[in-house]
Amino acid sequence: MSLEVTLFLGLLDGVVFGLIMALIALGLSIAFGVMRIVNVAHGEFYMLGAVIAWYATTYLGNFILGLIIAPAAVTGLAAAVERTVLRKINYNPESTIVATIGLLYIIQQLVLAIYGPYAYNVEPPFYFRVDFPWFGYSGYKLSIAVVSLLIMGLTALFIFKTRLGLYMRATQQDREIAQAFGVPVGRVYMASFALGAALAAIAGVLVVPFLQAYYLMGLEALLISFMIVIIGGLGSLKGTLVAALIIGVIDGVVSVFFSPTLAKIVGSVLVAAVLLVKPTGLFGAER
Amino acid sequence: MHAANKGFGKVLAVHIGVIAGFFILQFIVPPFHAAMLTRIMVLATYAIGYNILLGYTGLMSLGHAMFFATGLYAAGLSVIYYGLPPLEALLLAILLSAVMSAAMGAITLRTSGVFFLIVTMIFSQVFFLTTLYFNVITGGEEGLVLTRYLKPISLGLFSVELTDSAVKYNFALIIFAIAFLFSLWLTRSPVGRVLVAIRENEERAEMLGYNIYKYKLLAFTMSGTISGMAGAAYALAFAYIGSALASILYSINPLLWTLLGGAGTTIGPIIGTGLMIYIIDFTSGITTSYLIVVGVTLMLLVLAFPPGIVGAIRRRWLRWLP
Repeated sequence: MSLEVTLFLGLLDGVVFGLIMALIALGLSIAFGVMRIVNVAHGEFYMLGAVIAWYATTYLGNFILGLIIAPAAVTGLAAAVERTVLRKINYNPESTIVATIGLLYIIQQLVLAIYGPYAYNVEPPFYFRVDFPWFGYSGYKLSIAVVSLLIMGLTALFIFKTRLGLYMRATQQDREIAQAFGVPVGRVYMASFALGAALAAIAGVLVVPFLQAYYLMGLEALLISFMIVIIGGLGSLKGTLVAALIIGVIDGVVSVFFSPTLAKIVGSVLVAAVLLVKPTGLFGAER
Repeated sequence: MHAANKGFGKVLAVHIGVIAGFFILQFIVPPFHAAMLTRIMVLATYAIGYNILLGYTGLMSLGHAMFFATGLYAAGLSVIYYGLPPLEALLLAILLSAVMSAAMGAITLRTSGVFFLIVTMIFSQVFFLTTLYFNVITGGEEGLVLTRYLKPISLGLFSVELTDSAVKYNFALIIFAIAFLFSLWLTRSPVGRVLVAIRENEERAEMLGYNIYKYKLLAFTMSGTISGMAGAAYALAFAYIGSALASILYSINPLLWTLLGGAGTTIGPIIGTGLMIYIIDFTSGITTSYLIVVGVTLMLLVLAFPPGIVGAIRRRWLRWLP
């Protein structure tokens, strides 16, 4: 392949990857925006989505069913964790970090015990190739890029057009005043945490047909979504999308020319540069 | 929280007692436990370094594996590729860890709160990936064994071999004692008091005229340097370097050990490390999913036992413990 074609392939891969990662990082960003907490187990929700999708497709024979079951199960789990753990420690930022690290290992090791140390993928629900002049590209990959955009659009619609979304934005701005105006802050917290987890789980389901479901896959997703939220500014939806595309394109291009590891190294240099120039991230508000 | 200077005799006695206890144990316990204790002393040194940042400055890092591994690789690679004798390799590793942690501190301390956690984790994880990327040099995941490159340590009239288990034990003990006594000194020094002031109330410390950033950077560098010293000691004592020791688990471990023993206590990290090493050794014999212990312990600590073991003891009985 010529240089230009390889570059084009890298860009295409990067945009698809970036949109998927944006979905995950958006979940992290929503939970942070509303609750001021960082969920270190966020990558595990993504991994659980992928693993449950594998079970659903393999035993129920239906990928679309997985796309419903996995986010539902992960949402339930996240809501339960929010009730039984995060609420108990009063959403203290550092205690939450420690608790979610604990959750990370509990989920990861349970999956290792039940699902095993293997990596499986599933058949994509449909096959078609998009033929470019130089190469054919997986139609499934392009479709999930569109689906990711669609889900992000729906999420934005939910946040800006529904009552619960209004409550979330109010809580994000000022928790006490929101409470004084009758916003059920406790339920808003649970909804935000569960919504964040659901987005990660959906991303997990979407990738199983071309990435394999593996018990350690959550860590890479966590690393990339951390880079995204630092570059874009944690809590900013626009920043998340822009930074995800930047990180995605870097990942795609550097991966096709060199290696995925080098892509992460380049990403971290970018993180350092952003911190030196604008510690709040490109679109971040005051910390 | 801290006793006045008149109680120092008691404090010093306890600390000397801990070191003497470790010294005496080598003559009593069977070889298996002596090897375990060697490991515990080296890793407790790491936890002591971590605790300077978490316990005494109030900054939680999720990226200390980066410094532990800097020391580890600096010592290991200089022994393998440049034939450096162990003590020279150790000194080089300490120096490089200091440079590395000062540079990383300068960048990461531009953030605060949870952002600091995220950023330290990003850089550490990328450091880990870098050790894999250069696997031709570092040996990657499989790692490299130092045994046939390790020169004897010459002590004037005679020399000793680090491959000897008694030498290993006492080498680890010396490294541990240096870090332990340093942390005791730090808690009683003016610098240490400023760090505690920052932990307790950053705004107030700033209003009193202290340059917060400078003090945090100093704490970060001390913490990273001791962690690097522990990493170097690990490479030399166990004659092995591998990228697993740079992975996120090795950033979580010192956090877990410190919280379990009691953050902000000098002895806590040692108790926490010892207990956890034995628990992990036991559970890894039962199941391959033994790391679930790490998760459950962290969860229980946060939910039910925030002060940790020594923290609870200090709160209830021994209020003079530093």
